[in-house]
Amino acid sequence: MSSEIRFTDFKSDKQPTWCPGCGDFGTMNGMMKALANTGNDPDNTFVVAGIGCSGKIGTYMHSYALHGVHGRALPVGAGVKLANPDLEVMVAGGDGDGYSIGAGHFVHAVRRNVDMTYVVMDNRIYGLTKGQASPTSREDFETSTTPDGPQQPPVNPMALALASGATFIAQSFSTDAQRHAEIVQKAIEHDGFGFVNVFSPCVTFNDVDTYDYFRDSLVDLAEEGHDPTDYDAAKDAILDADKEFQGVVWQNEESVPYGEKHGVTENMSDVDEGAPEGAMDLVREFY
Amino acid sequence: MPADFNWAIGGEAGDGIDSTGKIFAQALSRAGRHVFTSKDFASRIRGGYTAYKVRTAVDPVQSVVDRLDVLIALTPRTIEENLDELHEGSVIIYDGERTTMEDVEIPEGMIGLEVPLKRLAEEAGGAIMRNVVALGAACEVAEFPIENLDSALEKRFGSKGQQLVDNNKEAARKGQDYVGDEYDHDFDYDLETTDEDYVLLNGDEAIGMGAIAAGCKFYAGYPITPATDVMEYLTGRIQNFGGHVVQAEDELSAINLALGAARAGARSMTATSGPGIDLMTETFGLVATSETPLVICDVMRSGPSTGMPTKQEQGDLDMLLYGGHGEIPRFVLAPTTISECFWKTVEAFNLAEKYQTPVYLTADLSLAVTEQTFSPEEFDMDEVEIDRGKVVDDDTISEWQNEKGQFQPHALTDDGVSPRAFPGTGEGAHMSTGLEHDELGRRTEDTEMRIEQVDKRNRKVETARNEEDWSPREFGDPDSDNLVISWGSNEGAMVEAIDLLEEDGVDVRFLSIPYMFPRFDLNEAFENADEVVVVECNATGQFADVVEHDTLTRVKRVNKYNGVRFKADELAEDIKQTLEA
Repeated sequence: MSSEIRFTDFKSDKQPTWCPGCGDFGTMNGMMKALANTGNDPDNTFVVAGIGCSGKIGTYMHSYALHGVHGRALPVGAGVKLANPDLEVMVAGGDGDGYSIGAGHFVHAVRRNVDMTYVVMDNRIYGLTKGQASPTSREDFETSTTPDGPQQPPVNPMALALASGATFIAQSFSTDAQRHAEIVQKAIEHDGFGFVNVFSPCVTFNDVDTYDYFRDSLVDLAEEGHDPTDYDAAKDAILDADKEFQGVVWQNEESVPYGEKHGVTENMSDVDEGAPEGAMDLVREFY
Repeated sequence: MPADFNWAIGGEAGDGIDSTGKIFAQALSRAGRHVFTSKDFASRIRGGYTAYKVRTAVDPVQSVVDRLDVLIALTPRTIEENLDELHEGSVIIYDGERTTMEDVEIPEGMIGLEVPLKRLAEEAGGAIMRNVVALGAACEVAEFPIENLDSALEKRFGSKGQQLVDNNKEAARKGQDYVGDEYDHDFDYDLETTDEDYVLLNGDEAIGMGAIAAGCKFYAGYPITPATDVMEYLTGRIQNFGGHVVQAEDELSAINLALGAARAGARSMTATSGPGIDLMTETFGLVATSETPLVICDVMRSGPSTGMPTKQEQGDLDMLLYGGHGEIPRFVLAPTTISECFWKTVEAFNLAEKYQTPVYLTADLSLAVTEQTFSPEEFDMDEVEIDRGKVVDDDTISEWQNEKGQFQPHALTDDGVSPRAFPGTGEGAHMSTGLEHDELGRRTEDTEMRIEQVDKRNRKVETARNEEDWSPREFGDPDSDNLVISWGSNEGAMVEAIDLLEEDGVDVRFLSIPYMFPRFDLNEAFENADEVVVVECNATGQFADVVEHDTLTRVKRVNKYNGVRFKADELAEDIKQTLEA
């Protein structure tokens, strides 16, 4: 069946309400391509989305999906995957969802290393609430709630991930369609938590981190000969504040996903018609 | 002598109080005696005082009373803390050679047994066994056959080697012999044994066991007193039944992990206490709106804020009934005994899946940490029934697809219940969301669909109200003019209070309410009553308010909120005075 799957099968019949030109269109297309390329189909795929412009993605894609509360998409995704390891689980959210309200979950999802993919549509702005600073906004980025800029350094999500023991860290650019799809595909194929931060420009509220800005500043790690299995090289690239890059920056080839470590491999949706066999032994324990 | 025997060991936290108490409780249970335990923390003085109390009788015991017959006091403070419960003739066992106990004064009329616990323990192989020496001494005082203690010691220490078991048996005998040799006194106790086999467990364990029996395979939680025992029970056991426990980074994550597993089709649960429910309330509305079956257990403790984390209270009822923004359909179950903790957990999973609605299952600290003996037949696994509700598969899914072939997870139905397709079901791909949505699960702000979906979700509760049995548990005199109502763990104390009231010439009808929402209609019971008293462990009478709302009748209230559960004798007196007032 998988060979017949095309990426458009992952598209729903609902038209996105994202602003024309929004980076999220490209981000989503790449996700759909990567899912199709890895042999998945909508009925074995589960997409979890958070809140914000990015959160609408579950409506525009065709798969099993849950659009949850703000910042908590990652634990939902982990729950889905552990309860049914046969599913392909992809979590999508924005920079506010993942690095602000959900930052705590991000750290622990990275540590937990459940075999799933996390795509963050990072536009460095709050778009759905019409233009306030996000955790990845620049220090001097003026917005309605930060007239002088946030005056705080932006979060470095990849550094946060690396410090939390990530096994796969990548970055992509939504408009570089082929490269973006390729990078998400690598995250899906990774045995463990595949994290991709995607530059997904907001054309309405962010006039700094624009398509032109990324086109001019972005370097591709692959072209630079970066070895993603070299931890020190990954660390240097991630901590270089002046460098905007795309590509897989770190991959731990020894990664053993949570499910495998804990022997969680069975689909939990099957339940016996009565108490499971051996349940009476539980009572006898209390003698 | 009264038919029951009340025993306690008290000392500082870290003195091994809990494990010693548990050994004695198990010995009694194995000897075919009924046991009811309670844990006592500092009531009048701040600090590390802790005690483990055991009430035992040949007949069932389901409450604590204000009486202590034998006390093992490891510290002077233990005596001081229990002065109210000690009585003329109470026996206090202590180590007079311990520096802190040298000058201890045994209150007038009580019997002090000075037993060199530490010295005898050292003779048996190590000072660490001094509590077991004390247990042996207590066996002698109570004329309880020490062989029963051996069997409990084997259970406790068997995995650590026969030598340790033998040393402990020896230590117990040294305590027993010392009292026999040194004190020529008949203490009048005679703890007879029977051939009955009982199991001894607490409410948290009963909830955990109920979850496994119900086919729960996924648990996510964050440790919190007094709910942690549920998680610890499931850890190490649930995987034998194909399940898994995840320790989450916080309660926000715990409920979302559990939600994810439930979306994937697992029977899934989380347990916490009030502070955790505060956090989980954020996601609770999503669970209900996305129509996800989930069991959320709240083991209540004293609040608000950090309150008194190791103390009893039933203060979360309002939050469980009404918590969360917007109007959230839900079920709220409150088991009233430890065995009911098991059965209501099973029922919670069935309700959750049958109606695709979140279920709050609430116990309180007293149920959670109290151990009680039961006949194993009370947990007959053959009686467990599983109802997964309207689940569709590859063959039946087409009945629920629209003309475009799209599956409708929120289809409008007469009973309000829509079909459920587990991910992986062919042609079933669909989304669900916390946004208001249409039958496909997609966001809508259509005014008519909004009303239809709200009504549909509420209709599920109405369907359940009509189809399920929400009856209370009834005790006492059905024809009495005095109606007493309580919920949660107060049942045991109240059932015993009925007998005490009867001795005082007061008859009552007692309804113990295990279903907080939907609820049994109390109007008929009210019509037949002259006086109604609602008993609960909180200050404001949260359930009394609910009852007044349901019946449009004022009730009398008995409230206890000092952090300690009701005791049967105390409650009988409170009821009597309230009825007379």
